[in-house]
Amino acid sequence: MSLRSPLGRVLGLGTAKDGTSHWWGQRVSGMALAVLGLWFAWSLATLSGFSHPEAVAFISQPVNALLLLLLSVTMAWHSYLGVQVVIEDYVHSHGLKIASLLLSRYAHVVLAAAAIFAILKLGIGA
Amino acid sequence: MNNHDRPLSPHISIYRWPVTMATSILHRATGIAMAVGFIVLVGWLFDAAVGPDVYAKFVGAMNSTLGCVLLVGWSYAFFYHLSNGIRHLVWDTGRGLEKGQATASAWFVIVASIVLTAAFWWVAS
Repeated sequence: MSLRSPLGRVLGLGTAKDGTSHWWGQRVSGMALAVLGLWFAWSLATLSGFSHPEAVAFISQPVNALLLLLLSVTMAWHSYLGVQVVIEDYVHSHGLKIASLLLSRYAHVVLAAAAIFAILKLGIGA
Repeated sequence: MNNHDRPLSPHISIYRWPVTMATSILHRATGIAMAVGFIVLVGWLFDAAVGPDVYAKFVGAMNSTLGCVLLVGWSYAFFYHLSNGIRHLVWDTGRGLEKGQATASAWFVIVASIVLTAAFWWVAS
């Protein structure tokens, strides 16, 4: 006989209260990044050049801008999940661990916001 | 809890490194490398948006010897993490977890990552 409540079993969240969401988020973002990353690698390899006009032309092209937005946001998410596990594994002092996790979270949000701003600015034209 | 002074039985130092151990830690190492590389990727986008002068400095830094070494490193990190990530996804389905299979796929991933990185720079040049 299980001591778990029926509701607890159905929700499947366990003692950490978030179940398999971290693991699943890593898979979902990872699979998306396999596609987006290969597209980006191919784009960089075949880009005519890296002068400012060429870079702006590439980033501001609508399909590229959309894919770059998806790439940046998904990468920020995937990177955050990965760095989180590394911090949890290696930083043992409780205070430092919480501080590192917070710093990593803020840093990833800042990076995603900076990427979104830059892509929209170039994509919409300013 | 203070357990710093307790003797440790030899663990890491005594093992002959199986290739699967190398691929495991390399997955984490390339992940951390790309987390740092993400800053540079955002820097590229942001500097392009800021203007030609700032952007020229970014390209100049990336064209330096150190910049080129880092770019090659990040390209390898990407193709390694991608290849080994797919290996992890296969494992998630419950396949390929036998010792011999894991060793074989480890070597496959190492070769694939080198081939893909070489192909990337061949296309790029």
